[in-house]
Amino acid sequence: MSLLDVRDLSVVFQRRGEQPFTAVDKVSFTVEPGQTVGLVGESGCGKSVTSLAIMGLLPKRGNKVSGEVLFEGTDLLKLRPDDMRDRRGREISMIFQDPLSSLNPVIPIGVQVAEVLERHQGRDRRQALREARDLLDAVGIPDPQRRLSEYPHQISGGMRQRALIAIALACKPRLLIADEPTTALDVTIQAQILTLLKQLVDDTGTALVMITHDLGVVAGLCDTVNVLYGGRVVERARRHELFAHARHPYTHGLLSSVPRLDSPRGERLHAIRGSVSDNIPWAVGCAFAPRCDNVVDACLEGPPPLEPTATGGDLRCNNPVSEEVAVL
Amino acid sequence: MSDPITQAGTPAPRPGDDKPRPGMSERSIGLLGDRKKARLDELARAGVDQGGVSLVRDAVRRLRRNPVAIVGAVIVGLFVLMAIFAPLIAPHDAVQRFDELTKNLTVDTIPGASGDFPLGSDPLGRDFLSRMIYGARQTLFVGVLATLIGLALGVLIGAIAGAFGGWVDVVLMRLTDVMLALPSLLLAITLVAMASRSSQWTVIFAVAIVSVPIFARLLRGSMLAQRESDHVLAARALGVKERNIVLRHMLPNSLTAVIVQATLTFAVAILDAAALSFLGLGDPDINRAEWGLMLGVDGQRYFEVRPELAYYPALAIIVVALGFTLLGEAMREAIDPKNRR
Repeated sequence: MSLLDVRDLSVVFQRRGEQPFTAVDKVSFTVEPGQTVGLVGESGCGKSVTSLAIMGLLPKRGNKVSGEVLFEGTDLLKLRPDDMRDRRGREISMIFQDPLSSLNPVIPIGVQVAEVLERHQGRDRRQALREARDLLDAVGIPDPQRRLSEYPHQISGGMRQRALIAIALACKPRLLIADEPTTALDVTIQAQILTLLKQLVDDTGTALVMITHDLGVVAGLCDTVNVLYGGRVVERARRHELFAHARHPYTHGLLSSVPRLDSPRGERLHAIRGSVSDNIPWAVGCAFAPRCDNVVDACLEGPPPLEPTATGGDLRCNNPVSEEVAVL
Repeated sequence: MSDPITQAGTPAPRPGDDKPRPGMSERSIGLLGDRKKARLDELARAGVDQGGVSLVRDAVRRLRRNPVAIVGAVIVGLFVLMAIFAPLIAPHDAVQRFDELTKNLTVDTIPGASGDFPLGSDPLGRDFLSRMIYGARQTLFVGVLATLIGLALGVLIGAIAGAFGGWVDVVLMRLTDVMLALPSLLLAITLVAMASRSSQWTVIFAVAIVSVPIFARLLRGSMLAQRESDHVLAARALGVKERNIVLRHMLPNSLTAVIVQATLTFAVAILDAAALSFLGLGDPDINRAEWGLMLGVDGQRYFEVRPELAYYPALAIIVVALGFTLLGEAMREAIDPKNRR
């Protein structure tokens, strides 16, 4: 049994008097224990909404979530709010994009780490603080005893993200969802944080869902990659497969728009034309069709199905790319 | 010249204690650059050695550099000291009528300053200076209690509205709207008038109730903003219980604005209490020394005989209210996160 099995997850935002908007459209993917799975796509493709739906953190009003999110066989979407709350932070944790705003500015770091231990492990404050110090130490924060009593604004961005990772992993969850954990950090710190995450998930056996728009992150971390476009999975492949033979024109475009050191001087960077706003609804045809270089008539006659490929992945495309791009 | 000027591109021969830093800082860029670098290093060290600076200490540090805050704090400090040590400072008892004074009282004379009584007499032959000093006590008492009661009720209402949202929020906020729709003094007068017998408690409660909607609105607004904030979402993602999210995460982050408002409300409370006394709706106890009462009853009635009876209480009220306003404004500026760093 998979650790996490997301089946046909859909999220529709519906406001009174407005057209409903389908942010996530029948997304399915699985995460095996200890595996790292990437959700890749550009802004607005539904990555974050997917993760919030899995965590049950979407606002109560204004949206409709359907499908199944099976966590070790239990459908998280059907759990009572209290039961779900007991699992969050203990069995499934989440790290957010901006480490400064994700920490409570008026509470010392130590108390924030201790809080989750008190909540889920029933520790008292003193014991929790002692464990918090060890956790901060484990994520590579120097002088953890002193950091315990410091406030978020007093430590650096990289250290804040480390503290958040410590909080998320405090109860040794089986699944960690990281929503663009390195976007707010500069490049050198990004690398450190990714290395740390990789090391921690390897050590603890935690499965990781990595949500990112950065293919470099995917290349360094993920076992399996799901490429999302317009709220649907358009390509799924193992990491090496994806980077060696990207089949979907969107994935292909993303990969060839990565700048390369060995490209000739003066060569223009490849760009995918148009923007997300050019999408057509999936009901009409392939959402990517207006921006696609490989578009064929069939693309506008209905949504292409997600079909298994020969290499063990899945692909939603009528006219996939065959040429190879060697990147990264 | 002791500083080695190295060529660009060659690694700078520096002693081992200097940690390598990325970028250009490692490379010597001429004498001026070196001096600048030394200065920067010195500044960096000075910054590091202070260790952690808490939010409060940070705000206090900024307050101490602000002359407005200092003026406000001095006024407030003196006022509070005067109130606390009134029995020690005051030359006489505030209630006792002195024969030396009463014997000179007539319809159109009230004894002025004399040796033992620096500010002279009040219309009943009591020492005016002592009554002024004891008045600080009464004013502080009314102001503090009214503000605290208003703060407590306002925080309670605002927190409930902000935490629950929905119809609870709507009902509570419409109630506060009703209270806000009336001018505050008019509302206070109405409340006092509703009491069967006025005492200093009716004044305190009236002034407190008037300040409730302001606190409630302010807190509810920042609670709602907090509810949408990332750290509250992060706390939810950790499975923190709703009660703890409200009490530990939303409320403490929303309180700063309310606490600052409390200092400003304090000034208004003093003025409102004085106004109620002035209008004769205050404490009926003639022995109680209270600035608003002194201004309203004695000052007004005997203004043509001895205008000082009105001047001094009025001046005291103005100065104290000003002191609290200055301090409150400075605190608001100091706590404002936009001014941080």
